Amino acid sequence: MSEVTTIDAREPRPRKAIFRLPGAGQALNKGLVVTYLGIMVLLPIVAITSKAFEDGISGFWDAVSAPQSVAALKLTVICSLIVVVINAVMGTLIAWVLVRDKFPGQRVINSIIDLPFALPTIVASLILLTVYGADSPLGIHLAFTKPAIVVALLFVTLPFVVRAVQPLLLSLDRDMEAAAESLGARKWLIFRRVIFPNLAPGIATGVALAFARALGEFGSLVLVSGNIPFQTEVASVYIRGQIEFDRLASASAVSVVLLAISLALLASVTLAQRWGLRHDR
Amino acid sequence: MTGERLTRWGLRYIALAYLALLLVIPLGYMMIETFSEGIQPVLDSITEPDSIAALKLTLLTVAIAVPLNTVFGIACALLLVRSNMRGKGIINALIDMPFAISPIVVGLSLVLVYGTSGWFGQPLMDLGIQVIFSTPGIVIAVVFVSLPFVAREVVPVLQEIGDDQEKAAETLGSGSWNTFWRITLPAIRWGVSYGVVLTMARALGEFGAVSVVSGKISGQTETLPLYVQKQFETFHSVGAYTSSLILAVIALATLLAMNLMRRKENDE
Amino acid sequence: MSLSSSKKSRRSIQALLVLALVAFGAIVVGCGSSDDSSGGDSGSVNLVAYSTPQQAYEEHLEPAFNETTDGEGVSFTNSFGASGDQSRAVESGQKADYVNFALETDVTRLVDSGQVSADWQNNKYKGIVTNSVVAIVVRPGNPLGIKNFEDIVNNDDIEVVTPNPFTSGGARWNIMAIYGAALNSGKTPEQALGDVENVLSKTPTQSESARVALQAFIGGTGDVLLSYENEAIAAQLAGEDVDYVVPESTILIEQPAAVTVDASKAATDFLNWNWTDEAQQIWQEQGYRSVNPQLLDKQKFPVPADLFTIKEFGGWDKVADEFFGDGTGSVFEIVQDLGYSTE
Repeated sequence: MSEVTTIDAREPRPRKAIFRLPGAGQALNKGLVVTYLGIMVLLPIVAITSKAFEDGISGFWDAVSAPQSVAALKLTVICSLIVVVINAVMGTLIAWVLVRDKFPGQRVINSIIDLPFALPTIVASLILLTVYGADSPLGIHLAFTKPAIVVALLFVTLPFVVRAVQPLLLSLDRDMEAAAESLGARKWLIFRRVIFPNLAPGIATGVALAFARALGEFGSLVLVSGNIPFQTEVASVYIRGQIEFDRLASASAVSVVLLAISLALLASVTLAQRWGLRHDR
Repeated sequence: MTGERLTRWGLRYIALAYLALLLVIPLGYMMIETFSEGIQPVLDSITEPDSIAALKLTLLTVAIAVPLNTVFGIACALLLVRSNMRGKGIINALIDMPFAISPIVVGLSLVLVYGTSGWFGQPLMDLGIQVIFSTPGIVIAVVFVSLPFVAREVVPVLQEIGDDQEKAAETLGSGSWNTFWRITLPAIRWGVSYGVVLTMARALGEFGAVSVVSGKISGQTETLPLYVQKQFETFHSVGAYTSSLILAVIALATLLAMNLMRRKENDE
Repeated sequence: MSLSSSKKSRRSIQALLVLALVAFGAIVVGCGSSDDSSGGDSGSVNLVAYSTPQQAYEEHLEPAFNETTDGEGVSFTNSFGASGDQSRAVESGQKADYVNFALETDVTRLVDSGQVSADWQNNKYKGIVTNSVVAIVVRPGNPLGIKNFEDIVNNDDIEVVTPNPFTSGGARWNIMAIYGAALNSGKTPEQALGDVENVLSKTPTQSESARVALQAFIGGTGDVLLSYENEAIAAQLAGEDVDYVVPESTILIEQPAAVTVDASKAATDFLNWNWTDEAQQIWQEQGYRSVNPQLLDKQKFPVPADLFTIKEFGGWDKVADEFFGDGTGSVFEIVQDLGYSTE
């Protein structure tokens, strides 16, 4: 405790505008982050990218522009976009209800949110097939349709937005809200002007992650998506087929396109956030 | 006032209905299936040697992947939010990449890098280290797919809390490490703990990437999700659901532990 | 104070990092070396096979082999998975002494990479350990009375489950069975392709693999499933409630096994033992047709009047190109047309 409050006279350090780790610490930190990312993420991605361009740019383009690949990519992107829109709304709502509301069973609900990640995706696929398939106990028959793909993706991406917004809501200063309320601001206005801007980074993070995951998802779809080429075949299943028939370059090329799409979305989210921050201040 | 209550109830029930359809009913169904033939088959399949071996391997993988990704995640988030180094954009972009790659392709890429005909496979093999089709490959695959969570959960929290307190502590002469432990870490603990839980859950459940690099040797390089898949393929659905339930319970236990830690902290 | 604490902090960061790295390195090395000890000696076999015969190997064949003089004390390390995945794993470095795949091309891949000797088919049964046929799996009691592919073509309300021929090698057997049966019934190639189109248009789902298709069917999807006979029997042996029909006209499926070039003696012994009467009988009990015509149990495995092979269409290389080639293959075009018509 005393260390925090001890003022050190011997070594007056220049105070910088932004909090920083000390020089060596920061360099070390930077070294750690860069090395780790380099080995763990960059290396495999470089391997895939170089495989994708094994037959030159024309080989890459041929693989990506093959009609079956285009159809699969289109379906994947459309489904993923639908999924993140639903996630953004429902995820925020769920986080809100879990943090601000109080009702019996809330704890239980809160603790099962992460389960979609822990279950092997094949299990997700199988139980979704049972609940929404031909013998659906709910009378909802979705299996093998495009909505089934969306439902499966919603299942596996559920935790992203919820868990990104929750900590923000928890650390959100309620005084601000109270102040706004005492000034007579309406609830909706408070949400839009006070709460939402604070949650926005979390929602953006959740959306970006969910989108990326939805683009690449495979396991949870194997039983519930129809897998019919040109109709209900998503990109990852198409990629699986390319691998099965030893077209590794083509499989890598389609993966690289998925990466690029997810990068593009991430970039736009970051830009939007920056824009939002600037207008916030 | 009644309007407000109506809104609150409305929101609550919309959220609950959504969760019921998407999560609770499917999970409930899984429970029913698990115990559809009574308790004995469930106990039998838990004590199956291959199942125990798979559980051990899964726990080992998680025990390596989660701490590594937590340390990395916090360091990375600090770097992204609290420093103005160049190339932040690249790091920011790289973090999410593990999700956008289809799990099978993750496996494929690891084979391209560490397989015997890959970049480093042979040299490592000469040193007596087999990466692919062995435990290290599985660990790397799991680290890869669960890498973004902690960083991603912590970044928005760091942004949200701002750096006023940290600066104040600095002004008062606190060392950076000290500031981190006493000011920053407590402030971001919610984000960190959610990140850890998500990392844990994802690390437990990963199938696609692991299936490519594991070699699927019964009792040796089979993780629990792979074992689940195999159980389904050999029509042992009770065994498969039981193993899934074990995974779910471990994930729940992590969350519970986090909550307990938090409560203790709040009591102090 | 701050100097020492900042020094301390630096040191502890370093310590933490070093610790993490050392732990990681130790685990990598530890695991790597511990796995090495499993292979090598002549008394063990690394077995890599496709998923269906897992039970046959683990519970029946391996214990029976251990009873023989050659097989005494031989230990097995088993790996099962999708045929193509397993073959690719061996190609990229998975330890294997004995391999058993669902498709001949999966062995060919290892011949090309130099891991299996080019003369692997130089034996009495040309490297094939078991046979099967494309069968029609139906609901208990065969309520729709399906006897052959023609019945599926002529039934307008039927739902067919068959794997996606562009993600599953096994699915291509089904397509060629429909095509060949139509040809042999006197139809022209165009009409035969018409039958293929007809069946594919009745699929609510084309699963990623044969196993997933079977799971979907058991889960209640569809009226019939196109699958291997041995898959259907495996499901029955496991207590699943399904029946199956062997059409009078269908295609013969041949499942190859081989040893790798640096296989242990035990693996070679095991491969040869697989062709003994004893082993072939075990295979038959598990739902596979014996490759030895004298042993074939014709009660259990009705021999179709018109049993054709892939060679009638020029072998897999030619078929892969002519029927399934990207953009040009006739089945590819059918699938593409079906896709666009329902958009």
